[in-house]
Order: sequence, then C-alpha cells, then structure tokens
Amino acid sequence: MAEIVLSATDLQVSNARKRKEAAVHWALLGAAVLSVVITVLIVVSLVGEAWSFVRGEDFEWSSLTDIGWFPRRGFYDVGTLVVGSVIVTAIAMLVAWPLGVGAAIYLSEYAEPRVRRLLKPILEILAGIPSIVLGFFALTVISPDFVQTVFTDSPQFNLLAAGLGVGILTIPLVASISEDALRSVPRSLREASEGLGARKMTTTVQVVIPAAVSGLVAALIIGVSRAIGETMVVTVAAGASGGSLFTTDPTQPGQTMTAAMASLATGTDQVRGASGAFQSLFFVGLLLFVITLVLNIISERFVARVRQRY
Amino acid sequence: MSPDPTTAVTGTESNVIDEDGESRFREPERRRSPRREGDRVGPTAPRVEARAAAAPTDERVDEQHAVFDIRDLSVFYGEFRAVRNVNMVVRRHEITAFIGPSGCGKTTVLRCLNRMNDLVPSARVDGQILHHGVDLYDREVDAVEVRRRIGMVFQKPNPFPKSIYDNIAFGPRIAGKPKSEMDDIVERSLGQAALWDEVKDRLSDSAMGLSGGQQQRLCIARAVAVEPEVVLMDEPCSALDPVATSRIEDLMQQIKDEYTIVIVTHNMQQAARVSDRTAFFITEVSEAAEGQGGDQRTGLLVEYDNTEAIFSNPADERTENYITGRFG
Amino acid sequence: MSLLTHPADMAPLTHEAVAERLKGTKVDVPNAVYKWAMFGALAITLAILVLLIASFFGAGIEVLSNRGMGFLTVGNSSDPAEAGMWQAILGSALIAAFVAAIAFPLGIAAAVYLEEYSSENWMTRLISVNIRNLAGVPSIVYGLLGLSIFVKALGGVTGGRSIIAGGLTLAVLVLPIVIITSAEALRAVPDSIREAGFGVGAARWEVIRSHVLPYAAPGILTGTVLSLARALGEAAPLILVGASIGFFSSAEGTGLLDRIQGTFTAMPNLTYGWARQPGEDWQANTSAAILVMLVVIFSFNAVAILLRNRFDRKRDY
Repeated sequence: MAEIVLSATDLQVSNARKRKEAAVHWALLGAAVLSVVITVLIVVSLVGEAWSFVRGEDFEWSSLTDIGWFPRRGFYDVGTLVVGSVIVTAIAMLVAWPLGVGAAIYLSEYAEPRVRRLLKPILEILAGIPSIVLGFFALTVISPDFVQTVFTDSPQFNLLAAGLGVGILTIPLVASISEDALRSVPRSLREASEGLGARKMTTTVQVVIPAAVSGLVAALIIGVSRAIGETMVVTVAAGASGGSLFTTDPTQPGQTMTAAMASLATGTDQVRGASGAFQSLFFVGLLLFVITLVLNIISERFVARVRQRY
Repeated sequence: MSPDPTTAVTGTESNVIDEDGESRFREPERRRSPRREGDRVGPTAPRVEARAAAAPTDERVDEQHAVFDIRDLSVFYGEFRAVRNVNMVVRRHEITAFIGPSGCGKTTVLRCLNRMNDLVPSARVDGQILHHGVDLYDREVDAVEVRRRIGMVFQKPNPFPKSIYDNIAFGPRIAGKPKSEMDDIVERSLGQAALWDEVKDRLSDSAMGLSGGQQQRLCIARAVAVEPEVVLMDEPCSALDPVATSRIEDLMQQIKDEYTIVIVTHNMQQAARVSDRTAFFITEVSEAAEGQGGDQRTGLLVEYDNTEAIFSNPADERTENYITGRFG
Repeated sequence: MSLLTHPADMAPLTHEAVAERLKGTKVDVPNAVYKWAMFGALAITLAILVLLIASFFGAGIEVLSNRGMGFLTVGNSSDPAEAGMWQAILGSALIAAFVAAIAFPLGIAAAVYLEEYSSENWMTRLISVNIRNLAGVPSIVYGLLGLSIFVKALGGVTGGRSIIAGGLTLAVLVLPIVIITSAEALRAVPDSIREAGFGVGAARWEVIRSHVLPYAAPGILTGTVLSLARALGEAAPLILVGASIGFFSSAEGTGLLDRIQGTFTAMPNLTYGWARQPGEDWQANTSAAILVMLVVIFSFNAVAILLRNRFDRKRDY
C-alpha cells in the first residue's frame, strides 16, 4: 500500500476559492451597510434643507407661531400642522385601539382554531388595502353618511372623517401586534388560573392581559406612529390643500404635517426650487421623522420587555 | 390523629385487572390499618385467587369518605382512547399516588378529577367520577365550581408574574373573600406551604424572583389558599432538585390532615415514601381497532392497593416487573 | 399538623350538600358580556371591511362592464368617459420592475450577511436596530429622500422627476421589509443543514448558495411578494418625487429612454387624481380604478399566503 503523505498545503483552501469567499463576504457586508447609509442620507437631506430653511432670508422664527400654515405666503405656523396631526391621530386611536385590541383578545383567547383560521386572514386583507382607497372611502362614505349626518354643518372635507379613515387603516396593525403579545403569554399561566376556579373573563382580564401588557403598549405606540405618518387619507379627506388656519375643531377641514408636505410637493412651479416654501417641506419632514423615530424607539423598549419576561 | 374510619370498617380493598380485562375484587385477606409513622410493615399476605365480583365500591366506602369514586372511566382524545376502564376509590385524608411508565394515562385521569380536560377541545369522557356521590361530569355541574373545590399543582411551577401576595390572594379574591381576611389567608397559606418564614418580609416582591423550589411551594400555597377539599399534584417535583423535592414531600405529609392529595409521579421511590395508597397504570398496545392504522397505546389501571402492598407484595406480575425495574 | 381548623372539614359531605355546591348558577352575565364585547370588536371591523368593499364594488363593476378592456388599455383623458388606466398600469409595472431589480438582491444580500456572516458585535446590532427603525419611517419621508437624492442630486442620471427616481425611491422604501422577512426565513433554516454542508468541506458561501438559500427560498419569496404588494399601493412617496396624477409622457415619437425619464404615474396616483375630480362620472371611474388596483394587490397577497402555507407544510426533512 502506498504511503499517504499529508502536507500542510493539502489542508489549505485554494487561493481562488479564498478570493471568491472574501469577495462575497465584502459584497454582502456592503449590502448590509447600505441600510445605514440610507438612514444617514435621510437625516442629512432633511437636516440640510431644514437648516437652509431656518437660515433663509424669508424666514423668521416668529412665523412659527403665526395664525396658520400658508407656506406660499410665508406663514409657517408649524403648530397648526402639529395640532392637525394630533387631532387626526387621536381620533384614529379612539377607533383603532378598542377595535384592534378587542379583536386581538377575541382571536387569541376565545376563538376556536377553525374560526381563527378563517378570520385572521381577513384582517390581513384589511391590512393590505392601500391608504388612497381609505382616503376615497373617507371622503365619499364616512364624511357624507356618518360625519355630516351627525354634525350637519360640517363641510365634506373635515378632520373627523380623515381621522376615522386613518383609524380603520390602523386597526389591523394594532390587532396583529396585540395578538402576538397575548399569545406569547404561556399556556401554563392560563392553566394555573383556571385550576384555581377562575372563569374565562377573570383569567383573561386578571392574568393574561397584565402579563401581556408590555406588548399591548408597544402595539398602541406603533399604532400612533403609523397614524401620524399617514398621508393619503388626510390629503384626500381633510381638505385644506393650500394652507390652513389654526383649528382645533375636528368637524372642520384641516391639515396635518403629512398633508402639508404632499400639498407642497404638488404645488405650482413657484414651489419648486430653493424658495422658503420648498424648504419648509423638509423642515416639516424632519419634524415628522424625529417624532416617529422617538415613538418607534420607545415601542422597541416595550417589545424588549416582553422578550425579557419569557 | 384519628384513624381513617374506612379501613376500620371495610378492610383493604384492592382492584386487580387481569389479562382478560375483567375487573375483580380481591377478597380482603385480613384487616389492615392505614400506614402511619412508626408502624412496622406486617407479614405479607399470601396471594389469593381473584374472584369475579361486580359490586360497586360504595357499599364499602360511604360517600362521606369517597372523595373520588371512579367507575369505568375511559378518556378519549378524538378517536384515540387514552385510558380505559379505570375503577378505583380515592379516600379522604389520604395521599394517593398514580405511578406507571410514561404515556399510561395517569395525568389524563388526574386531570379528569378537576375537569381540566374540558379545556382540551377533543377530549371526551365515558364512565363516572363520583365526588361524594355526585357525578362530576353531570350536565348540571359547573366545572368552575369543581375547580374551586379540587385544586391543582402543576408539573412546572407557574406563578403569575405578580407579587407573592397577589399570587396567593388571587384565588380567594375571585372566590369573593373579603379584603379584611386577605392578610390572614395569605399568611395561613404560606405557612401551610412552609414558605412563610422565607418570604414574610417580601410579600410585595415579584414571585418570579423565587427559586424553583420556592415557586412550587408558592403554587401549593396558592392552591390551598382557596381551601379546597382536594389537592391534585401532577409530578410536582419533576422540575426540582432533590433538596426542594424532599421539602415538598415533607409538606405533603404535613397537610395531609386537612386535605386529600392525589399525586402523579414517575418516581416510584417518591410514591413509596409519601403515599398511603398507590395505583399502578401501564399502557397496553391494542391492535388497529376501529379502522385506526397502527398501534393504539391505551392506558389502564393494573393494580391499586395500600402502598405497602404494592411495593412489598404486588399481586400482579406487571406491577412487580415495574417496581423491580425490569421495565420503565 | 396544623392548629387551624380546616373549614372544609366542617362542611357536610353528603351527596345532597355537595351536589348543591357544585351545581353553580348557570347564568354568568359578566363573562358573556365580555365575550360578546370582544367578538363585537372583531365583528365591527369585519363589517367596516365589507362596507368598504361594497362602496366601490358596485360602481366599479359597472364602469368596467361598460368600458370593458378599453378601460385598461386606454390612457388618461380629461373626459371621464374616455379616461383609462393604461399609463398608470404601465407605471406600476415599471415600478415593480425597479423594486424587484434593486430591493430584492440588495435586501436578500443584506439579510444573508446579517444572519450567516456577522457575529454579535456593536456594528451588527447597530445595523439591525437601524433596519427596524427604517421599517417604521413614514412613507412620505422616503419621498423626501427620493426628492433630494434621486431627483435633485442624481438628476442627471435619473432625469429628475421620472419613473426611475420613483422606482428607486420605492425600492429604498421596501428594502427594510425585504431584509427583515428574508432574515426571518434564514433564521428558520435548521443548523443541521448548514452543518451538513460544512461537514463535506464546503466553504461558507458554497454552503449558503447550495443548501441554505434553497431551503429558505419559499420564505424569502413570500417576503418579496408581500413587499411588492406594498410598493404597488404607495402614492405619497411618488407624489413627492413628482408623479403626475395620471399621465405618462406619451407624446408621439418618444423613445423608451425619454419615457422613463419623463412624466410618470402609477395606479395609486391615478386613483388620487381621479378621486379629487368632482362629479359622479369621475367617482365611478375612481371606483373602477380602485377595483383594478386591489385585484392586482390582492393577487400578490394571495400568492404570498399560498407560498407561506406551502412553506409551512413542506418541512418534512
């Protein structure tokens, strides 16, 4: 039998293979790093233009608290927009929270597997509906048939209809995250409660929900973040495209941060270019970005708490 | 400590199922008193030919003392029969152990005793479980009320993520006990579970911070807080280390006077140490019956007797094989 | 031995007494109310969905049956009876192509890096956190990014407000979703598969390419299809990048390159434009456009769900 002699080179990877592996490694790393690059670009472009806005000749800090948002005329009362966003978001959450969490509780605790398998995909269908469709629905159905029948003097464009539309849009998101949170509560806790002679409602309300509370809070915060960032529903249904007076009345038309941005972008040619109005677009965008970023970070904390516990 | 009146009147009763599946009663050979500390194990009884008999047990155990009179119990999960034809009587203030290899239906039977199997959608029960003469599976009986009177401690400790105090108080609160009694109830329960001294200064701390053994004692305290008549225990020590295990075994002896305990354990020595009466289950492979392909492993009760008898002088060969370790 | 008396000892244990205690009240109002309230939440949500669909379905079907295929093959117009979706469909198709060509490879590559190559260090954690945050950024902010980078900064290449810029913007928007879903699919691949590959002497990329990716392919595919469905419904970022409300540059004699660098639109933007027009005719057209758009999007979603179900069932090795 011939001797088998093994040398160190036999156990080394060939150069060609090595190079190929390295090349692949760097290419993939590049793709991953790209995501960081994107974030940096977002921040840079927003901050850059927002900075020129604030430093621009037409701008004065006092205009931030003027009577309304009329960018093309130099009135940059961001407060109007923020209040508009808050009103729409608050109305949206009054719809999305109870319906979303309620549906989640039913699906997680009460529904039989067969029923769950049927109804859950339907919620996912609602989640896939583009926001422009909800905007049209808010304008043509919610506003005339619901809002205007209750508040007879309100015009067809109003914040309430927009808020309800955004709320409907947000229900599936809240429901889905809440349901995940509820299902992550281990079966053994429910058994312990039932073993002590607790009825279903007691078990759900006193054991399951408190155990899942961090996840439920995360769901709510994410719902808020989504609602604030929603554009098409408010652009279509809330009206006030050129600008808006400061208002806190939801039965009147109004503008949110997102709708203002959309309207600035579709304006006439005056808007394009390095004028104050154009740059105000980025200013508002930066504000929106910061708000949603903070909300998302807070919600991450709550999600981490759920993971910690189990 | 007064002797259990049952045995003074009726003698022992054991239930042997032979290979043909017919249940018989062994004629009592001689009277035996219940096992007590300090008793010496008497001479073993010679084996007696089992005789066919169909008499139900309540002429031997009156309903005051028949905590569970299980009659011809079979449990099905869908088409699968998990356990069949169980006949036995569990007596008050005794510790009854269910032993046997895995999958033989002991946990299934245990969970029928407080209707926990209701929570499994496909579960179905044939036969009767009489609790002081009342069939637990009677249509009018409310499972929730059953569980208030028949408590359970689970295999893996499952404290609520709440404070120690709130864990114990949970049961009494939903049973409607007034707030003024709550502190006393918590103290009494933790005392019975031999946990009071260790936690009395930190009742508002989270229960999740306790060790495994402490958590299981907490679960026992939680179960006794509602003052049930019976405490069912499903392998309560299997997730615990030996020290914690022996503390819980001591605990069981201490609370025996106030409660009736039924414990499932796969640890034979534990059953021998702790219980008054032991029921031995096995699985039996039945041929593909009713169109089911493959084996069906159905559990059945082989022998049920005083623990002494089971371990020193079992009547059935299969019992003997199990306790001597010939099969696990 | 306890000194406290045990109350249960004192309760009578006769058949009658026990029976009375166990047969509790059958009517449990709070429990029933609670259950029905929770069900009500779900029921109301479903009812809203039905109402939503009903609101455009009837009118939409009518328009489609009157106009037939013409509705889909004719371009936009100022006359509602003549206006069609062709340009919007073309725009959406091109955007889908961009998203697939750019976001899918980059996203899957990033996911492969994060799951297969990187170790637990600060850089990896930073990238993961960053991706999760990007997934939560409102879509209109991506529009701003598109405007400042793809339209203005890279205007020479993309042609400014063009479908190239639009496609790139939406590709960036769905990138985090592709990364997250692909990473999940890769995480679900059991280690034994990788070990088998390494065990026969394959290098890392060889193992990934020939063992891991094929196993994870259905999950990855599901994620990409879902992200495509999402991209097709987004109007806001395109508005910022300059989408018109229904017109694609289609002057006589424009070549392909000119077309993709010129005025553009997509289905959601067309819908937006029509929705703002007064009059019942336009509203009917809007309903029809919504119907067509939803059919496309729901088909994508259905494909993704079917893929996911096959993915779940297939794991028998």
